[in-house]
Amino acid sequence: MNSNWPLWEVFIRSKNGLQHKHVGSLHAPDAKMALENARDVYTRRLEGNSIWVVPSNYITASDPQQNEEYFEPAESKIYRHPTFYELPDEVKHM
Amino acid sequence: MLKDQSPYFRFLVQLGDDALILSQRTSEWCGHGPVLEQDIALTNITLDILGQARLWYQLAVDQTQDFKDEDQLAYTRDSREMTNILLVEQPNGHWGMTVMRQYLYDTFKKMYYARLEESGQASISEIAHKCRVETTYHHQWSSEWVRRLALGTDEGNDKMQHALNTLWRYHQEITQDSEADIAMLNEGITVTPSMIREDYQQEIKTYLESCGLSIPDIRNEITGGRKGIHTEHLGYILAEMQYMQRAYPNLEW
Repeated sequence: MNSNWPLWEVFIRSKNGLQHKHVGSLHAPDAKMALENARDVYTRRLEGNSIWVVPSNYITASDPQQNEEYFEPAESKIYRHPTFYELPDEVKHM
Repeated sequence: MLKDQSPYFRFLVQLGDDALILSQRTSEWCGHGPVLEQDIALTNITLDILGQARLWYQLAVDQTQDFKDEDQLAYTRDSREMTNILLVEQPNGHWGMTVMRQYLYDTFKKMYYARLEESGQASISEIAHKCRVETTYHHQWSSEWVRRLALGTDEGNDKMQHALNTLWRYHQEITQDSEADIAMLNEGITVTPSMIREDYQQEIKTYLESCGLSIPDIRNEITGGRKGIHTEHLGYILAEMQYMQRAYPNLEW
């Protein structure tokens, strides 16, 4: 039964104002049950107040083989980090 | 003895008993669900309902000197002293049977708790609120599964119709008033189960028919749970559930 059900990725927002974060995946026959399964599997301990589910096959992933050319060039560009600015107190969640 | 207790106490205990026995039944699915996600879903529901039993029992033991805590209520009473409705002690059967039993239970309890929530008694109202919110989700879960299984394949429809036929004679009891229910009308509780009967019957008829199921033409009701007259199944449930406290009284772990 399980093997026939497609895979879904689950994203949970832990608090208002924060972004949804990927927490895992599950099997479900359709979106409605995917949401319910996500609620039952991933929010049992008050992990969040909003759930997104996305069919896993809609996610296009980067190729680990390309990690070198994709990510290594950023390592030496420290000036891209906004650590040289003073953040006003009003700006939260940065 | 239960019959020596106040109607208020017995009212709370019967609410607790429905929840305790149903949760004991559904807990049998833990580790055996058809898929991992649903195993967890039903186990969550089981824990919600067990939690509800605790709350009703905790309030009940405040009304008497004869029981010290909720464990004593749960683990030391024999079947004649248990006042749960017969529906909740029926065997799980297959997944569809469990889902159907849950649907018949949730639909009623959701309506009932919503009315109980309006109770003039603050402590009852608070617990009823928690139960209503939890049951609203349980009802969403069980009604969804009834629909999916009954409208899925011919085999699914047959099995759900069989489940409905099997449970039908036990479901009316949930809408019957016990002596304790009626006595509570004088204690600021404004609802008894029979006040919800018509809405409940209409709701399940409309929904089950929309799921391609027919309402069974079975008139004979089997009742007696509220008076401690149970089906043979309850003895086995109690034997398993109470074994440790019977063998090792006051054991804690």
